Amino acid sequence: MALLDVKNLTISFGGLRAVDDFHLSIKKGQLYGLIGPNGAGKTTVFNLLTGVYKPDEGIVKLEDKDITGLKTIEINKAGIARTFQNIRLFKDLTVLDNVKVGLHNHHTYSTLEGIFRLPKYYRVEREMNERALELLKVFDLDGEADYLAANLPYGKQRKLEIARALATEPKLLLLDEPAAGMNPNETGELMDTIRFVREEFDMTILLIEHDMKLVSGICEELTVLNFGRILTQGKTSDVLNDPQVITAYLGE
Amino acid sequence: MSFISYLINGISLGSVYAIIALGYTMVYGIAKMLNFAHGDVIMVGGFVVFTIVSTYGLPPILGIAIAIVICTALGMIIERVAYKPLRNAASPLAVLITAIGVSYLLQNAALLIFGANTKSFTSVVSVPPLKLAEGQLIISGETIVTIISGIIIMIFLTLFVHKTKAGQAMLAVSEDKGAAQLMGINVNGTIALTFAIGSALAAVAGVLLCSAYPSLTPYTGAMPGIKAFVAAVFGGIGSIPGAMIGGILLGIIEILGKAYISSQMADAIVFAVLIIVLLVKPTGILGKNIQEKV
Amino acid sequence: MNKKNSKFQLNKTTKSNFITYLLVIAIYLIVQILLAGGHMSSLMEGLLVPLCIYVMLAVSLNLTVGILGELSLGHAGFMCVGAFSGAFFSKCMQGAMPDGIRFLLALMIGAVVAGIFGILIGIPVLRLKGDYLAIVTLAFGEIIKNLVNVLYIGRDKNGFHFSMKDSISLHLEEDGEVIINGAQGITGTPHDASFTVGIILILISLAIILNLIHSRDGRAIMSIRDNRIAAESVGIHITKYKLMAFSISAAIAGVAGVLYAHNLSTLTALPKNFGYNMSIMILVYVVLGGIGNIRGSIISAVVLTLLPELLRGLSDYRMLIYAIVLIAMMLLNWSPKAIEWKERVREKYFSGLKFKKGVK
Repeated sequence: MALLDVKNLTISFGGLRAVDDFHLSIKKGQLYGLIGPNGAGKTTVFNLLTGVYKPDEGIVKLEDKDITGLKTIEINKAGIARTFQNIRLFKDLTVLDNVKVGLHNHHTYSTLEGIFRLPKYYRVEREMNERALELLKVFDLDGEADYLAANLPYGKQRKLEIARALATEPKLLLLDEPAAGMNPNETGELMDTIRFVREEFDMTILLIEHDMKLVSGICEELTVLNFGRILTQGKTSDVLNDPQVITAYLGE
Repeated sequence: MSFISYLINGISLGSVYAIIALGYTMVYGIAKMLNFAHGDVIMVGGFVVFTIVSTYGLPPILGIAIAIVICTALGMIIERVAYKPLRNAASPLAVLITAIGVSYLLQNAALLIFGANTKSFTSVVSVPPLKLAEGQLIISGETIVTIISGIIIMIFLTLFVHKTKAGQAMLAVSEDKGAAQLMGINVNGTIALTFAIGSALAAVAGVLLCSAYPSLTPYTGAMPGIKAFVAAVFGGIGSIPGAMIGGILLGIIEILGKAYISSQMADAIVFAVLIIVLLVKPTGILGKNIQEKV
Repeated sequence: MNKKNSKFQLNKTTKSNFITYLLVIAIYLIVQILLAGGHMSSLMEGLLVPLCIYVMLAVSLNLTVGILGELSLGHAGFMCVGAFSGAFFSKCMQGAMPDGIRFLLALMIGAVVAGIFGILIGIPVLRLKGDYLAIVTLAFGEIIKNLVNVLYIGRDKNGFHFSMKDSISLHLEEDGEVIINGAQGITGTPHDASFTVGIILILISLAIILNLIHSRDGRAIMSIRDNRIAAESVGIHITKYKLMAFSISAAIAGVAGVLYAHNLSTLTALPKNFGYNMSIMILVYVVLGGIGNIRGSIISAVVLTLLPELLRGLSDYRMLIYAIVLIAMMLLNWSPKAIEWKERVREKYFSGLKFKKGVK
């Protein structure tokens, strides 16, 4: 059974079909890549999967449960978490608190328990701190737990976004251009981290990326989008050798 | 008969709102900011005319001309000193709070210079009242002048925006500041020009407002300013005909509300209109839709 | 290592909150010493309760503006609601129960009614953004003030009578009494307010706000402020937390209103006390104390209330100076150029210091 099953996903903006008849099937534990030229509709697919946009047509199923058209927070609760192409951190919160916001729905106490500082508050906060630091450690960010997120260097901000997404305990993690703006060294490190996340958390990952080294290095399967439509789909090595794909990327 | 005379009063008050709202809507459309101090520029215009005409006894037309010059300069200075540095601030609240500060500044400066007591403003309009239906319906000269000025200003502004290069630049800047800059448009200059026009209109509105309601205090501009913003939102912010329609409708609603519902509740009715518009159709009567990009 | 780090976190905020409470207690003690020594003019003494009211208003508005990140220009409206509901209760129940309990209940009623208004107004308003939200909160504040001015409530042996026209329309029996008399408001509210009560209420408000901020709900509220879309993507319920912050802020303003009502013999809704000018005045306190800085709000409310009395000669220029300082503060703290400049200065003279910021 596929973890994520997408069929016939379509959305138009003012007559333009931004995503047209998109389908996708990802198995549990897979590392899947979504590639394509700029403006092909990759981020729109993410926005459709996470409920930012409602599709005009199509079905999205997570573990056989229909999540089509649900609200963003419901989709997150159902088990999809994401990062953003243009980093969206809580920049005036500390690094630790960024992750703790991600833990919000899994470690709970009531508002009154918080205001009156009842024992549960202290217990759950301690749990949250420990869990958040564990997650930060995975990304080698535990040393900066007390910094404001805005003061982190760029590469670490990207990692913090992944840590925050993982804090929501997703079944499927969507990464929108995780290597954007990174140098080859950082990208190499990021590849190791992504692999590690998959092993450690038993995670299924769908990522959008332009860096071909990263894509060919870690993705098992790829979907190529062009002008909102699927150009081709399959094993990474087959897809990357497909003449159509080369044409789409490099032109005639 | 009384209904018609209320209606005409409403259109007259509405025309003043419309002229103020035109300034608001242009500034909002282009600088994407709520210029809270706009209403207080009206008050400054009123005081300039008052000083020149009542204190120095000079002809009203000179007073109006000087008021327009001073308000235009004031608007441009405010933009340059207080708003421009915050144009790329991290939070859009920054410039709004600064605008509130400017409003405070103008009110309290006027309070220091002119004192808190109400000045009675002598009307600068010398048009005789129009008597209709055998004297049962009297339309005051102020009303006639206000309505006609409103119409002329709207026609002038529409032509300006659509037929001149500077007007086209305004449209471009309001669409996309970055792209306009890349196309070689002087964005800073265009925004300054918008403030200049908006403030000149505020001066005219000040004169008309004080002629129709001849009491002048440092707080005279604040409430009409806020109501004009309501009018601009009502009509669809950023739209010139929208500001005109919104202003006139709001004036009519206010006067009729005062007459038939409750005179104490007139302001509440105006604000209720704003709330209803924003909840039902936040883009106003003639506004466009905007969506946030993810 | 992990343990140590997490402990450090808790300690730091606890310490910061502790300083804030100490500050309030220190203000209280200083005032008590001055009073005991007879060093306080009767004018200053008259300012003590208003001082507490301003502090509560500033601190609660900071929850909306600084923590939730939405500009509200209708805060005085919630104060108005609290003042009238609390005074109404006290007026009706005077003599029916011990004064202390009656006042305590009045405070709670003011908080609850203002909080409910906060939710009712918040539901439509919080869908709006930025400038629109600001102007609509202003509109609601003005509507509340307007409505209170045409509200007539009286009581006789048949119960309560209500009118929006005038006191005659209440048709009261001979034994009847007009409690809320339109623009004349409520007269004869018992004088229960005192500086000590004010300080206690400030401490309670602070405890609620600071504990909220440093809890799971507070983080959710701040995450919405920093990035709504990201907050949604990690499962934060936007409306719920916006309403929570907004209504708690309104409730505390309501309590400040009850205190205000019980400090005056006549309570009327005027532009001066419940109009948008008051809301803007409170905003000035918040901005000058630092947006999001709760302790700063306390300091600026205290300083700006007392300063004009201390520098009597300047009182004409007071508002003008506020305005200039407000503009200057905004330009210095928010203009990208000024920030860059400060950054350069910091690097030049204080290099090596990592700059950390949080909720103080």
